[in-house]
Amino acid sequence: MCSQEVLIEAKQLTKKFDDFTAVDHIDFKVNKGECVGFLGPNGAGKTTTVRMMYCFLPPTSGELKLAGFSVNTQCREIKSIVGVAPQEDNLDPDFTAIKNLTVYARYFDIPKDEALKRANEQLKFFQLEEKREVPIAALSTGMKRRLIFARALLNQPQILLLDEPTTGLDPQARHLAWDEVRNLKKKQVTIILTTHYMDEAAVLCDRILIIDRGKIIEEGKPAELVKKHVGEEVLELDYDEKLLPTLKEAFPGADFERLGDRLQIFTDKPHGVFEGFLKDHPMQNVTIRTANLEDVFLKLTGRGLREE
Amino acid sequence: MSSPNLRKSPAHFTMPKLTYRVWKVWQRNFDVFRKTIKVNFLPSLLEPILYLVAFGFGLGGFIPSIQGQPYIDFIAPALVAIAIMNGAFFECTFASFVRMYYQKTFDAIVATPVSVEEVVTGELLWGATRSTINATIVLAVIAIFGLIKSPLFLLVVPFAFFGGLMFGSIAMCFTAIAPNIDFFNFPSFLFLTPMFFLSGTFFPLTSLPYAAQVAAMAVLPLTHVVNITRAVVTTHVEPILGLNPEILLLISLAWIIAVAVFFFIVSINLMKKRLTG
Repeated sequence: MCSQEVLIEAKQLTKKFDDFTAVDHIDFKVNKGECVGFLGPNGAGKTTTVRMMYCFLPPTSGELKLAGFSVNTQCREIKSIVGVAPQEDNLDPDFTAIKNLTVYARYFDIPKDEALKRANEQLKFFQLEEKREVPIAALSTGMKRRLIFARALLNQPQILLLDEPTTGLDPQARHLAWDEVRNLKKKQVTIILTTHYMDEAAVLCDRILIIDRGKIIEEGKPAELVKKHVGEEVLELDYDEKLLPTLKEAFPGADFERLGDRLQIFTDKPHGVFEGFLKDHPMQNVTIRTANLEDVFLKLTGRGLREE
Repeated sequence: MSSPNLRKSPAHFTMPKLTYRVWKVWQRNFDVFRKTIKVNFLPSLLEPILYLVAFGFGLGGFIPSIQGQPYIDFIAPALVAIAIMNGAFFECTFASFVRMYYQKTFDAIVATPVSVEEVVTGELLWGATRSTINATIVLAVIAIFGLIKSPLFLLVVPFAFFGGLMFGSIAMCFTAIAPNIDFFNFPSFLFLTPMFFLSGTFFPLTSLPYAAQVAAMAVLPLTHVVNITRAVVTTHVEPILGLNPEILLLISLAWIIAVAVFFFIVSINLMKKRLTG
């Protein structure tokens, strides 16, 4: 790969809250124009990392630079080129949709006419024009998420931080948000995206960082991660103890994972290996599917539930 | 090898670095105020009228005079002082807390080039503005009742801003440590209510024992605000602690400035600590 401009760089970045270490000496780099997904269970440290990027939380130790500016000393510079769509709804309930955007633009010193122009463009793109004069309380969850996304774009950011941008969106709105992410990628906007939707990460992100317990446990391109950890295909069938020896013999070295009364088999063997097996051993209730990022995620972070 | 811990020591107090952006936060609150002006306007207008009618005309009818003044003349400037106190105090406790805690408005603003210090300062300046607006309304009411006796009365308007900044800064310290909104009952009942009655507002402070006068001068900000509003509205100055009027007014002015500056800096630091963990 040719030498690319590094836009975000973390070195031994750490955040502690009292005795709890939320982010534990992580290192990562993000190139200009890249879209990087932060995946991880609840409480893994994704949001804390994002919050340090826009100076919302000061790091406990380590370095974090955006566009060459340090979060320890150059917050004003950073915040003027960063757009933030936070996870929680912090729209201003004292204002209408349009006023939310124009007041927010004012914090960036965007002149009034320009702010109004950009605000109207965003409302149009995110299909919120009809809600222009509606107070925030009267908007649905999906509309609020879209307005938060729109608000993050007002300062025409070089770096966009999207913290679970599509949680609570219906499929139509999700695709709208994805379209906008693709548009922004074309404009060389650098994007950090946290999400719990693996399909979203697989579709949008050039690279994935899987974070767990404050550490980066794996990183790479979505397709490469899938191939590396879970192979190409997964065989899913009803769990039957009697069948196990046959299966283990047929797929030596494969990973067997039991999920309740279903069994999943992951193999690093190439495409078609399961099909051949099923020809010789016809059985009911069986599926062969393409391995995906969710399989990788569950394999690496485990199946136990995490509390916030 | 461990890297130096940037925030190991408890964050020490610093002088806030402020820019013109504080006014953008102020402007946000002003925009909301304009939208709800009728609801905001009515209580500040009605309250002083009720006090003047109930205490001034009602109760005042039984009181021959206080230090050579009719009773209604004595309480009118105190009502202005109380408006200064309440305006900023309630704005910088309940209203600021709602914006910070429930609405997450501060969180949204600090993602822009505006800093935490500037958000808090904008809130303080807005609290001071509420004091100024409320005091001006009360001043207009007492003017209509014919209770203004000094040509200097317009000095109340700029003074209200600085008095409001003092009360707002004190209030913001409570906001910085409030675990929940009910917490504000403590400062309301233990700080505001005693001040309301014991700062030379509805009866002369000089009718209390010397020790109580010392206490009122030492710890009750409203005492000093009343001294000044009374002087500029009616030219009357209570001989508290037997001090002569010029000395007393200078002490009050210096007290307000010192306390305002002190709590302005402390409150911004405390809020910064709360908001950036």
